[in-house]
Amino acid sequence: MEWYLALIWAGIIGAAVAMYVILDGFDLGIGVLFPFAENERERDQMMRSVAPFWDGNETWLVLGGGGLFVAFPQAYAVIMPALYLPVIVMLLALVFRGVAFEFRTVSQSKKFWNVGFTAGSTLAAFAQGVILGGLIDGIKVRDGAFAGGSFDWATPFGLLCGVALVAGYGLLGATWLVMKTEGRVAVRARWQAKVFLLLVLVFMAGVSLWTPIVEPRIAARWFSLPNFYFLWPVPVVTAFTAFMAWRWLEAGRDGPPFFASIVLFLLGYLGLVISVFPYLVPPSLTIWDTAAAPATQVFMLIGTLPLLPLILGYIVFVYWLFRGKVREGESYH
Amino acid sequence: MDFDPVLLARLQFAFTIIFHIIFPSFTIGLSAYIATLGVVWIRTGEERFQHLMRFWTKIFAVSFAMGVVSGIVLSYQFGTNWSRFSAATGNVLGPLLGYEVLTAFFLEATFLGILLFGFSRVPPWLYTLSAAIVAVGTAISAFWILAANSWMQTPAGHEMRNGIAFPLDWFQIVFNPSFPYRLAHMLNAAYLTTGFVVLAVGARYLLAGRYVAEGRTMMRMAIGLTAILAPLQLVIGDQHGLNTLQHQPIKVAAMEAHWDGSKPGDFHIFAWPDEVNGVNRFELSIPKGASLILTHRMNGLFQGLSSVPASERPPVKLVFFAFRIMLAIGFFMIAAALLGAFLWWRGTLFEHTWYLRVMAQSWWIGFVAVIAGWVVTESGRQPWVVYGIMRTADATSPVPGATIAGTLALFVLAYGVVFSFGIYYINRLIAHGPRAGETHDPEQVPGRPISAAHDAGREAIRRR
Ligand code: HDD
Ligand code: HEM
Ligand code: HEM
Repeated sequence: MEWYLALIWAGIIGAAVAMYVILDGFDLGIGVLFPFAENERERDQMMRSVAPFWDGNETWLVLGGGGLFVAFPQAYAVIMPALYLPVIVMLLALVFRGVAFEFRTVSQSKKFWNVGFTAGSTLAAFAQGVILGGLIDGIKVRDGAFAGGSFDWATPFGLLCGVALVAGYGLLGATWLVMKTEGRVAVRARWQAKVFLLLVLVFMAGVSLWTPIVEPRIAARWFSLPNFYFLWPVPVVTAFTAFMAWRWLEAGRDGPPFFASIVLFLLGYLGLVISVFPYLVPPSLTIWDTAAAPATQVFMLIGTLPLLPLILGYIVFVYWLFRGKVREGESYH
Repeated sequence: MDFDPVLLARLQFAFTIIFHIIFPSFTIGLSAYIATLGVVWIRTGEERFQHLMRFWTKIFAVSFAMGVVSGIVLSYQFGTNWSRFSAATGNVLGPLLGYEVLTAFFLEATFLGILLFGFSRVPPWLYTLSAAIVAVGTAISAFWILAANSWMQTPAGHEMRNGIAFPLDWFQIVFNPSFPYRLAHMLNAAYLTTGFVVLAVGARYLLAGRYVAEGRTMMRMAIGLTAILAPLQLVIGDQHGLNTLQHQPIKVAAMEAHWDGSKPGDFHIFAWPDEVNGVNRFELSIPKGASLILTHRMNGLFQGLSSVPASERPPVKLVFFAFRIMLAIGFFMIAAALLGAFLWWRGTLFEHTWYLRVMAQSWWIGFVAVIAGWVVTESGRQPWVVYGIMRTADATSPVPGATIAGTLALFVLAYGVVFSFGIYYINRLIAHGPRAGETHDPEQVPGRPISAAHDAGREAIRRR
């Protein structure tokens, strides 16, 4: 029983993090693309396409972080101090990009909050990549507590992951604009999406090669037999998805490139999970080492099972309500 | 460098949470007010209520954004600054915060999208329903987070094994002894805080002679609400204090600066607690007043600060003065609301400019009372972070002081910028007024029949 519980919770939190990365990914991506818009009307249009959704999207971050506290408090207590600085930089960056939505519309000179929105979004994306890189790289643990320094995360690999995630969110943002806007913004987004698609492929290849070289345990996971027989489709499907995304962008399709980008993200995520599972704090603490008391996990599960579908239900409702393309010059509120 | 990590972590937490609580105090109340306006609008069909609803929604949007982003910071602070606390209490507190996310945050955040952007896409009833759902969401959020905080004040329903709390009875954990009082007191505080903001804005319009009909409606609704809730807050607060006396007697002793438990306690209107010698200087007191309030007997005794060593006492001056600030504002609110109700009854509410002037300046008092109240509650719990179970000094993360000091500086800087702009924008939205953006000049709108406004206002209050 207890054995399953930790697995179920790892699945729920993994899903929440995936939801976060995809959903907040596209609206942070809008921030990354913000400086390339030509005028304030275009920026209004870009922001309008995500404004009703961003708060709900960001709530998945609270579920991911809060969920870790609920189901794996010992991991939460190790990871947060270890990644203290990137976490706080991410939070502060999110502060600026979050208030920028409202502040920009009510301020007279939009410049300041344009910068706040771009810088906040980009920095938050970068910090999230660094956090991811820091986790994959491993955290120093002694007696179940963090035992490293404040800058352990600042490795070339961590920084590479940071830049990679900015590019990834750029791709999600650009394909979102292709789907949700029309006019010049959509035209520009289409070639931006292609640029970011190429960047993402380069970074995915870079991370995929780097991790097995640096971390023998990851190399063993992927390249030992029989694992390799099961795992080789992952990169192949990834390449195929990227190819299709490119084709759809060329063919002038609106919706499919966005969904292809989501699949790309999920595949990259799957690759990471394969690399680190069952460790939650690599290389020492597994999901079972850090799990909350079974009574806690059960109590939380009882509510989560009915609530999560309900939440997904009303989220779908809101996306449906704000369906259709956002035109240039459409009023903000 | 020599930084005390515990002190810095406390400062950082206090700063970020004080910043955060400013916005819930306002958004919990304001969302309920917006929903009420929506209901009145649908019932009466009067445009004025729709204008008011849309107007307050703009202000709500700006405050809510600041509440959300500062709240996300807090949910990560438990791990970044209080990792030992998280590890020790995660089994118990985790689900309370988890349920807050699942039952409240998603609800608020999703329906906020409709409230802010859906006006032209959904029918009025769905629009109003969305406002109501946001309001309910904020109250549910308060329910869970206050359950967590109350458990830290009066832990129950758990057992400790090797310094880690394990849940035994979830009902006892959520409905722990101080929770009902704290929930009632805080929710009421939020509605009061918002009531005084609405009152101030209404008074401001009347003084300026603009948006007179709207201003009157706002003032009537706010007075009707606060005239009931302000006295109620005194009753809840009194009961809350009795509950605290039962569970955290030293906190109450600090609130009253009561040193010697062998004598009845005076109620100090003013005093300067001398924490070194364990006496008060410059006392101005009502003899035996504190005994009367707390034990309901003139000569009743309650525990004094001197009964425990100094290391077991909370910071007396802080708790004592914060408590006095809250009380002063509480009594001011009662006086202001009852006086307003009296003038309304006499039919002269809008004629006394001195009353309007004072009220127009009083928008901030609720926020100060809320912060003061929390300082009493949280500082009064010291030196414990979880009362009787874990000391604050044992709760921190293995993070060097310099790192915490650096990020604290960043928080002060960033929040300073965000807060200044936020206040400035809200003030400008208020200056623009409820009908900004409409083509006609507000000054030229013919005065609406006073009696109609009167009835609608009264009806709105009844429905509260
Ligand atoms: C009495 C009420 C109350 C109290 C004591 C707190 N909060 Fe809060 N919080 C709210 C009432 C609230 C709210 C009314 O639900 C907010 C405020 C404004 C808002 O936008 O939602 C909110 C927002 C909010 C959010 C963003 C939710 C979203 O994404 O929509 C988070 C993550 C937190 N809070 C977390 C915390 C934590 C960790 C606290 C304590 C340490 C805390 N809050 C104290
Ligand atoms: C007028 C009489 C009032 C009394 C007798 C009173 C009493 C109390 C007491 C005894 C506490 C400490 C509880 C504890 O930690 O054990 C408290 C806390 C608090 N008070 Fe008041 N209070 C009053 C007015 C107000 C007002 C007007 C507000 C705000 C508008 C307010 C907001 C708060 C808040 C936010 C807290 C902290 C949360 C809590 O512990 O409930 N209070 N109050
Ligand atoms: C929102 C209203 C709240 C305010 C304004 C507030 C205020 C404060 C303040 C001023 C301190 C510092 C006390 C000191 O060190 O002397 C503090 C500490 C703390 N509070 Fe609260 N608090 C609030 C709610 C909460 C809630 C809901 C929780 C938990 C669920 C919480 C958990 C803590 C913790 C973990 C500390 C750090 C340890 C400590 O210094 O006591 N607080 N809070």
